[in-house]
Formats: sequence, C-alpha cells, structure tokens
Amino acid sequence: MSRPIKEYDDIPGTTVFDGERSRQGFHLNMFCMSLMNAQSRAAFKANEAEYLQRFALTDEQRAAVLQRDWNGMIALGGNIYFMAKLIFSDGKSVQYVAAQMAGMSQEAYAQMMLNGGRSPNGNRYQWEQANG
Amino acid sequence: MANVFAALTTSHVPAIGAAIDLGKTQEPYWQPVFAGYEFAQQWIKQAKPDVVILVFNDHASAFSQEIIPTFALGCAEEFQPADEGWGARPVPVVKGDPAFATHLAQALILEEFDLTIVNKMDVDHGLTVPLSLVFGQPDAWPCKVIPLAVNVVQYPPPTGKRCFNLGQALRKAVASYDQDLRVMVWGTGGMSHQLQGPRAGLINQEFDQRFMDLFIDDPRSAAGIPHLEYLRESGSEGIELVMWLVARGALEPEVRTLRRFYHVPASNTAVGHLIVENLSNA
Repeated sequence: MSRPIKEYDDIPGTTVFDGERSRQGFHLNMFCMSLMNAQSRAAFKANEAEYLQRFALTDEQRAAVLQRDWNGMIALGGNIYFMAKLIFSDGKSVQYVAAQMAGMSQEAYAQMMLNGGRSPNGNRYQWEQANG
Repeated sequence: MANVFAALTTSHVPAIGAAIDLGKTQEPYWQPVFAGYEFAQQWIKQAKPDVVILVFNDHASAFSQEIIPTFALGCAEEFQPADEGWGARPVPVVKGDPAFATHLAQALILEEFDLTIVNKMDVDHGLTVPLSLVFGQPDAWPCKVIPLAVNVVQYPPPTGKRCFNLGQALRKAVASYDQDLRVMVWGTGGMSHQLQGPRAGLINQEFDQRFMDLFIDDPRSAAGIPHLEYLRESGSEGIELVMWLVARGALEPEVRTLRRFYHVPASNTAVGHLIVENLSNA
C-alpha cells in the first residue's frame, strides 16, 4: 500500500495511526472492537479462525491475529487501543505486549520501566540508530 | 452563576484502575503512585465541586472506527462504565448533568467550537481512572460529571492551541449558566509514553517536567508545542497531553499550584498530576 511520506516517518520504531493506516486497518480494528462483550470473546476463543471469517480481514491480517504478531498487526493498520481488546481477551496486559513489540522479555522491559523508561536519547531519529 | 474555580490534571493509565479494583494499591510497585494522590483525595473533600467537566479520550470503547469525533460532549443523564475486554470496571455509574451540558454545547457551538453531541456513551478507563484516583472507591461518585471526549486515537488530534482555546470558550460558557455551580475542569492522559512498536516504553522526564512548568506559568507556549514534537519527544501516546490544555484554558492566565506530582512508571507510562486554581480565588 503506497502512502505519502510524512514528517513523522523518521521516528524510529514508531507507527503513527493516521488516516491511511486507519483505512488499511478498518476491518482489523473492528474485529478487535467486537471483543467488547463476553459472548463474542467466548465465540472467538472457541474457534478463532472461524470467528475471524465474520470480518473482511486480509490474509496477512488474519495470520497476524492468529499468531499474535503484534508488530505485524500494527504494520497492517492495527491500532494499539483497538488491539488492547484482543490483549485483554487473551488475559494479557499491555505491558506484556509492549515488551514483545520491543523485542524484550517482559522482565527486562518491566525493569527498564522501573529504571525510568526507554530514554529518548538515540531514539528520536532513524539516522541516530543507523549510525549506531 | 456557575464558575470554573480550579483544574486538575492526571494520567489515566488503565493499570492504575486495575490496581485499585484488585486491591493492590499498597503493594510496593503501586504505593508511590497512590501516595501521590492522597493530597487530591483530601483536598477534593473541601473543594467540593458540583460538576467536573472531564476531558478525556475514548480508547476505542464508545467510538469505533465508524465515527471519530474530534470533540464530543456527553449530554446524557448517565454513562455506564465500558467493557474494554475484561468486563466493565466495578465502579459507580457516572451521573451527568444534561441541562448544564446542553447549555455548554449550545454556547460552545455558537462560539464556533463545533462539538459533537453525545446522548449515549459508555465511558472507559480514560474517564473512570481519574475519578477513582481522586475519589477512591465510593458507592456513588460525589459530583456530576460531564465527559468531554477528544480524539487522540487517529492522528491528528486537535492541536494544543485548539484545545487551549476550547478551554477558554468553555470558561465563558460555564460563566453564562444561570445556576450557582462550582465547576472544575479535569484534563487527563499522558504523560510521556509509547505503547507500540520497537520504541515502546519511551519516557521523557525532561519533556514532562518542562510541560508541567509551561502548563502552569506559560500555557500559551505549551499550547504551541507542535504534534511532531509530542510524537518524537514524548512517545506516540504522549500526544494525549493536548487534553490537559483544555483544562488550563478554562482557568485564568495566573494560577496558583496546589499540587504537583510526577512518578515513573505506572506500567508503561509516566504519571503526572497537577491541581491549580485561579489566583483570584483567594
């Protein structure tokens, strides 16, 4: 999906949920939203693939959901606030998923947060990371 | 007449709500967070607002991707706590003030702030966590609450300047209501945090402290912070801070700071909290 270059595209490790991504992720996010009642959560848990048939996801989006590929969902138009419904339906926390997206163990991530969080230094521009 | 006498700002981290609901507030991880709100819990008992206009963002709970209002004012009799994926929080139903909210909507729209009017809306942690932090766990919330939802889910949110100007218009709209009401405006969300992607966990304490400084003493400069700076410096979700500026705009230019608190972390987020009142109150 081609999209115009945006001023925030050079922020490393960050996907801004803008209008293009909103259109791309519409059905994925509406699926997540559907998990806001116990009945839907039970139907989803009983047969995830079958439940997903109710929504017009792309094959890639469907695979990302089934594999709980959180960064994959973000790349395919998912938004973290919608994805939180799936996270909570799984009985997980946002911190559990944030650690996965950051490529860290939950223990290491939690310790990083206790130490004051990820520093903005070296994390503002992609070129800072390209140059090591 | 009605009057905005003070503003309160606070982060609205969902894990804080879970800690309250699960009785974990005295655990070592959470104790410093809740200790930071003991002042607010005492202060609010004597400040006794009749109505809180609570500026928050819906986290894809009431508003799906079908309709995304930039500003939405809750005019209903009551608002039910939302089921965000694990069942609704065990907190009281939020009682609104439809007559006052309707007056505000009318006054603000005629001031050229084209709000969306919402007559049915569930409210998520963005609204209920601040209430829990300040009022604890009562059987009923001790005041009426008018929700003012701001879109910060789909980029771009309204600018900080627009939020500040809305606050100023809100102050006038409140003052033109003919009932004697003590009104507070609460701005919620933030501070720095990022919940997604490889940069998840970003915290910028320097940015947060500077934001609180500007919020208090130079709010027009705070309102001038561009979106790109929030995204880059305070994380993709730190941009929620624009909502604080509605609360600041609703106060006089000169304010007195009654409480300032900052703590890292609550789960993924820097917690910031202020109470400021108009200098003319004294």
